[in-house]
Amino acid sequence: MKLELEGMTKRFGSVVANDDISLVVEPGQIHSLLGENGAGKSTLMNLLFGLYRPDAGRILLDGAETSFTGPGDAMAAGIGMVHQHFMLVPVFSVAENVVLGNEPTTSIGSLDLDVAREKVREISARFGFDIDPDAIIEDLPVGIQQRVEIVKALARDAKILILDEPTAVLTPQETDELMGIMRQLAGEGTSIVFITHKLREVKAVADVVTVIRGGKVIDSVSPETPIGELASLMVGREVDLTVDKKAPKTGDVVLKFTDVVVVDDRQQRVIDGVTLDVRAGEVLCVAGVEGNGQTALAETLLGLRAVTSGKIELAGKDITDDRVKEVLASGVGYVPEDRKKDGLVADFTIQENFMLDGSFGPPWAKGLSIDFATREERSDELIEQFDIRTPGAHTLVKKLSGGNQQKVVVARELSRELKLFIAAQPTRGVDVGSIEFIHERIIQTRDAGIPVVIISTELDEVFSLADRIAVMYRGKIVGIVPPTTSRENIGQMMAGILPEGVAA
Amino acid sequence: MTLAKEILSTTATKAFLSILMGFLVGAIFMMVSGQDVAKAWEAGGFLDALGAALTTVGDGYSALFRGSIYNTRADDLVTALRPLTETLRLAGPLIAAGLGISLGFRVGLFNIGGNGQMLFGILWATWISTRVELPLVIHMVVALVVAILGAALWGALVGYLKAQTGAHEVILTIMLNYVAISLFTWFIRSPDLLQQESAGGTPKADAPALTAQLPALFPGTYALHLGFVLAVLATVTYWWLMERSVIGYRFRMVGHNPHAARTAGISVERTYVLAMAVSAAFVGVAGANQALGTQVGYTETVHASIGFDGITVALLGGGNAWGIFFAGLLFGAFKAGGPQMQVIGVSPEVLSIVQGAIVLFIAAPPLVKAMFRLPTLSSTPALDRLRSRLSKKGVQA
Repeated sequence: MKLELEGMTKRFGSVVANDDISLVVEPGQIHSLLGENGAGKSTLMNLLFGLYRPDAGRILLDGAETSFTGPGDAMAAGIGMVHQHFMLVPVFSVAENVVLGNEPTTSIGSLDLDVAREKVREISARFGFDIDPDAIIEDLPVGIQQRVEIVKALARDAKILILDEPTAVLTPQETDELMGIMRQLAGEGTSIVFITHKLREVKAVADVVTVIRGGKVIDSVSPETPIGELASLMVGREVDLTVDKKAPKTGDVVLKFTDVVVVDDRQQRVIDGVTLDVRAGEVLCVAGVEGNGQTALAETLLGLRAVTSGKIELAGKDITDDRVKEVLASGVGYVPEDRKKDGLVADFTIQENFMLDGSFGPPWAKGLSIDFATREERSDELIEQFDIRTPGAHTLVKKLSGGNQQKVVVARELSRELKLFIAAQPTRGVDVGSIEFIHERIIQTRDAGIPVVIISTELDEVFSLADRIAVMYRGKIVGIVPPTTSRENIGQMMAGILPEGVAA
Repeated sequence: MTLAKEILSTTATKAFLSILMGFLVGAIFMMVSGQDVAKAWEAGGFLDALGAALTTVGDGYSALFRGSIYNTRADDLVTALRPLTETLRLAGPLIAAGLGISLGFRVGLFNIGGNGQMLFGILWATWISTRVELPLVIHMVVALVVAILGAALWGALVGYLKAQTGAHEVILTIMLNYVAISLFTWFIRSPDLLQQESAGGTPKADAPALTAQLPALFPGTYALHLGFVLAVLATVTYWWLMERSVIGYRFRMVGHNPHAARTAGISVERTYVLAMAVSAAFVGVAGANQALGTQVGYTETVHASIGFDGITVALLGGGNAWGIFFAGLLFGAFKAGGPQMQVIGVSPEVLSIVQGAIVLFIAAPPLVKAMFRLPTLSSTPALDRLRSRLSKKGVQA
C-alpha cells in the first residue's frame, strides 16, 4: 500500500510540533524517519495512527484520502504500529495477545483460541519465527516479545507497518535479525516506516531517509549519504561524533565489588556473583542488553537494593550495607537511568531540583532552613556552568527539554565532592548537542582523577567513552574487555557467549 | 502573554470564582425553597415571583452578613462587631485542622482521621484540664501541649502502620476514628476515669478547670479566646515549615515523587511517619480549641466533625498557608451566620449546600475553567520573573 502524507500540521498551543510535513512511502519501501527526540516524529505517527487530529493536512492511502478518529480505524485501514514500549498483556499467552481487540469467536460467542493459535503459527512459519502460541509473554525474551508485536500487526493484515525505535531493547544480533525481517516484509510488499535516531541502522536497512528537525522535513536523502552528513542534517549543525580524550592516567582501585549477589523480592538473582574493580581516572562502561542486571548493579551500589552476599568497598571503606544517604555522603554521584522517575521532581523548580540530595546540610541548607541566598547564587552558577537552557532558575523542571533536564541531574551530581561518579544511560532521550556536552563532562571528571562507571545499552556511547568495557548478561559479568574489542564480539558477549580469543 | 491572563489562570482566581458559584447555587436553593416565592407566583405570576425570589436571596445573604461580620441592626459598635468575633472564634479550629489535612495532601497522604486524632489529643487534655491541678498559665499550656502531642501520636501510628505494612492511610484513619471515638466515650463513661460526677449513666466529661481554659481575648465582652491566636500561629508555622524549611522541602519531595526522594537518600517511610504526626499535630491544635475553649462539660461530639470540615478547608485553601487561613475564615463565617439565617426563616442547610458546592467547583477545576473560559497557561514567564525577583528581595531583606 502506498502512504502519502500531505502538509501535515499539528500545533500544541503556540508550539508547532509538525509544520507542513509531507512524505511518500511507496509499497514495499523501508522509509526511515530520522530525527532527534522532540523533533516531531512521534507526533507525526500519532497523527497517522488517529491518536491526534491534525490541524491541517491530508492522509492518502493508495491515492484515496482517509481520516482516522482512533487507532481502531487506522488498524482497519491496514496500518500497524509496533510501539517502543510494547503494548502486550504480560500474563496473557502469545495467541491471546495477538487477537486482543479483534477476538475470533465460536458460534456461541466464546473465544476461539484455536483460530488465534493457527494465525500465530501461520505468520511465524512465513517469517521463520519460532514462536509458541501458548507461551506466556512475560516468560519470553524482549526480542521475541517484539516479534509478537509484529505478528499482532500482521494478523490484522497490516500493509503499512510503523516501527517506533524498535532496536532500543535489542542486542546487536537481534537488531540484525530484525533488519532481516524488515527486508523480508518489504519484499512481500509491506511498506515500513522505521523511526529511529541511530544513524548506523538507517544506513543498513533504509531505502529512503527523511530527516525531521524542529517539526519540519529537512531533507529526503539516500542511505548512501555519509554518517557525518546525516548527523549534521539531524542536528542542524556540524557535529563531532567522536569524544576527544587522552589515554587514561589510572590510579588506585577506588570501587571494589567482591562476589556480590542480590536476590530480589521475586527470588530472582538479579546480580549473580559480580566481582569488579574500578580505578581512579578511568571510565568503566557496563554494556549489555537492557534488563540484564546493569541497573540493579547501580541501585545496589547506591543502597537502593539490599546485598544478599558479597562486599562493596568504596575507597577502602565497606559500604555494603550503607543506606542511600550514607552512600551519597561518602561521595558517590549518581545519575539514575530514568531521570523523570528517579532523578528529578518534575513539579519542582530547577533550584529545588539542584538540592534534591543536598537537604541535609550546607551549602543548600542552614540548620532547619533552606539557605535561600546561597541557593540563588549556586543555582545561577550551575545553570551557567552546565549550559542549561532555561528562562530562569525558578522554572519548573517539567518545562525543560529532555537534554536540559538531564543537564540538571548531571550538574547536581557533579557539583558535589566526589569519590565516584556513576551514570546509567546518561544520554538517553537527550539531543545530540547535550550528548556532546555530557560526554565532555564525563571525560573531564575522569581526567580529574575520579573513577567513572557508565551503564549504557548504546554501543556507540560505550565505545566512545570506555577505557574498559564490562559486559553483563543475566546478572553476571561475561567479561571485561578493552574498547578495541570488535562490535561483533561485544554483541556475542551481550548474548552471554564469550568468543574465543577474547581476553576476559 | 499578558499579566492579566496570568492572573486569570491562578488558583486564587479559580477559588474566588468557585466561591461565587457556590453562593449562586445557594441562591437557587433559597429561591426554590422560599415560601414567599411560591405565594407570589400564585398571586401575581412570573415577575412577582422573580421579585420575591430576589428579595428572599437578598434577605438570606444579608442575614448571613449580619450574623457573621457586622450586625447593622445593633445599637452600639461593641454589639455590632460581635458577629465578627464569633466568626474568628469558630474559624480557629477550622483553620488549624485545614492546615493539618493540607500538609498531608502535600506529602501525598489523605488524612481523613482528623476526628480521631482530635479526640485522642482531647482525651489526654481532658485528663490534665479536669483531673490535674496546676498553676495558672502553666495548666493551660500543659493541657494544650498534651492535646497536640496526643493527636500527633495517633497520627504517627497511622504513618507507622502504613510504612511497616503498606496499609493505605485512608483505611487506617477511618478505622482509627472509630477506635478513638469509642476509647474517648469509654473514658468519659467511666466514673473512675473522666466522667463528670453528676452525669449519672451518660458519658460526659467535666468542664475544663478555669486555669486550663483558653483565656478570652476580651473578657466579659466577647467569647473570642486564645484559640484564634493559636490558629494564626499555626498558619505562620505551616508557612515556614512548608515553604522555608528543609523538612517541608522533603515532605513536598516525597509528595511529588517518592522514587526521586528515595534515590536522593530520603527515607520515604520515615517521612510518612513524621508527616502524619505533624499533620495530626495541627489537627490537635483544633482539638485543643474545642476542648479548652469551652466552659461547659462535653461528650465525644466535642470534635464537631472538624476533622472532616478540615478537608474542605484544605481543598479550598489549595495547599497555601494563607489560602487555608481565608478558607477557614469563610467557613467560620458560615458557622457563625447560620443561626441568623434561621431567624429570618431561611434554612441553615443552604449554607451546607454552598459549602459543598464551593468544594465541588474547586475539586473540578476544568468545570470552572470551562464556565468562565479562563486561559490555560503552558508556562508563565512573567510569574517566573516575578517570583525570582520576590525571592531575591526576600533574601536581601
